[in-house]
Parts: sequence; C-alpha cells; structure tokens
Amino acid sequence: MKLLVNGKEHEVTVPADMPLLWVLRDVLGLTGTKYGCGMAQCGACTVHLDGRALRSCVLPVSAAAGRRITTIEGLDPNGDHPVQRAWAELDVVQCGYCQPGQIMAAAALLSETARPSDADIDAALSANLCRCGTYQRIRAAVHRAAGMTGPGGRP
Amino acid sequence: MSQASRKLVLAAAAGLLAFGACAVAERSRPEGHDDFAIVQKVLQHPRCQNCHIPGDAPLQLDDGRVHGQNVVRGAHGMGTPGLGCAACHGQSNPPASYGAHMPPGAPNWRLPPPGQKMVFLGLTAGELCRSLKDPAQNGGRDLEALLHHVSEDALVLWGWDPGHGRVPVDVPHDQFVAAFRRWIEAGAPCPEP
Repeated sequence: MKLLVNGKEHEVTVPADMPLLWVLRDVLGLTGTKYGCGMAQCGACTVHLDGRALRSCVLPVSAAAGRRITTIEGLDPNGDHPVQRAWAELDVVQCGYCQPGQIMAAAALLSETARPSDADIDAALSANLCRCGTYQRIRAAVHRAAGMTGPGGRP
Repeated sequence: MSQASRKLVLAAAAGLLAFGACAVAERSRPEGHDDFAIVQKVLQHPRCQNCHIPGDAPLQLDDGRVHGQNVVRGAHGMGTPGLGCAACHGQSNPPASYGAHMPPGAPNWRLPPPGQKMVFLGLTAGELCRSLKDPAQNGGRDLEALLHHVSEDALVLWGWDPGHGRVPVDVPHDQFVAAFRRWIEAGAPCPEP
C-alpha cells in the first residue's frame, strides 16, 4: 500500500484495517503524533488528511491510501509554521503530550478561518483535551498565530 | 306500528348506523395516514432525529444525549473549521476489530445546514409532515426527491446498519420506503395536529 506522508511516498505492508496512527508511529517512526485514547475522544492523534484535521487512531490505513497525510513533523519543514512559532513565543506547552494534536487542529482552523474569534477557536479545539489545562494559552497562541499570516508570515 | 313498519324502521336505523360507523372509520383513518405513521416512526428514531434537531449541538446514542466534545453544526452542517464531522466519522463504520464506542461512519456525515434544519425532534405528526413537505425546510426537495433521498442516500441507509452498540431503525428499510411511496401516492396528506 502506498502512503503519501509529509510529501514523501512510502510503501507499507500492513493489514488494511490497521489504524493510520499505528502505521505512522510504529511503521514509519513518526512518533510526534500521540496515542491518547484510541477512540477519537481526546484529539492527541490529530493529523491532516488532504488539509483537514482527522483523528488518526480511528481511521483504517486503507482509507488514507492515495491521500495527502500531514503529521506534526511535516507541518513545516523547519518547524516554523506560524502556529508553532506562536506556541513557542507564548510558552504554551506544559507536559506537552497533547500539543501536537492541538497544533494540528489549530493549523487546520487557521487554514479555513484566518482571523478566528474566541468562539471559533473554542469550537475548533473543544475536542482536543489538555489535562494540564493550558487552554487559555492555547487560545492566546491561536490569536497570535492568526496575526502572523500577513506577508512574510508577520502582521 | 305494524310488524312490517317496525322491520322497515329497524332496517333503516341499522343502515344509518352502518353508514355512520363507516364515516367514523374514514374520518379516523384517512388514506395515507397509516403510512405516514410508519414514516414518522422512522424519522423520529434516534438514528435519524439525533441529527435532525432544532438546536446546533447534535445528539448521540440510543438515549439521544448531547454529543460529546461540544461539537456543533457549523456553517454548512459539516462541523466547524478544525473540527469537521469527518475528523472522527469516516466513510464507513470502523472495522469490528476496533471494538465498542468508536465513532460510526458513512459518506457525507453531516447535519442539515443551519438555514434548513429539517427538524424531526419533538414535532407532532402534523408538524413533522408539513415541515417534511416544505421545500423551504427540506433542502428544496419535491416529494419524489424526498423519496429518492430516503431510498438511496448512504447516510440515511446507515440508520439500518449503525454499527457496534447502536439500535438500528426498527422498521425494515423496504417497508419504510414502500410506506413513503404509498403516502405520496395518497396525496401526501398530513394528519392533525
């Protein structure tokens, strides 16, 4: 089965019903995407499929074949996506486990809604749980990232 | 009154009673109403009405509790940017090997759009019937388009194959479609209230 992950094609030999998350982490070694609940309840495993946020723990890998998969490792080749920069500037992360999923969901939001309101952010990220409770910093960082989307990536 | 006259009066009375009973029966069961009762039973089953809601937060499971994760309808019925319905609901139910409590799936998992919510939840038979037929509320569909929708839409059909731990719609799909067709052929009458 051919998978297109972060712009690179991979040939994998795995059962068709293996969750995409298992393939990313255990077969391709892309361990930035986290396993949280395994049932699409927490958002830790969020990746992009054709640019849209997706819970990779409940998608059979066969359903992702031939589609464009982006993980946290591929969001920006230098880790310099506006969301990643905003996260660093505001020191959002506490334990960090949920943050790849948070960042991928935030990036998906900003790709469709350039200047989100608080309500837009809450709606987009309500299913990404953070047990450290960094929600206020997450929301501030999404606003910060939204302000970086002008020419040159800055306001 | 003579014996013959009494027989005549009794016969006339019996005839009137029979006519009256027939008229009452016709008033209580007009053509099409029994079929719409079947349609209503399907549309107000949790598999259908959980997403045909007056608010913007979908319901879930057999008891129709509010969907977890604070998910909402969104501008097009497909969820919100960053949290679309398809983030968790795939093109089909997850494999059985995934076990219980997984998000079910079907093509175009969605709610009706906010401008045409096609509400089923909490309506009387008459209200449901009238809103179902109203193009302003049903996505601009005429009766034949409605019949096609309930006959072939993959998300509608999911209601009869909802996956692990969910009760399917309890009227067989072919009987539902047949009742829907008979209701249309009867002029799509709406019961009161």
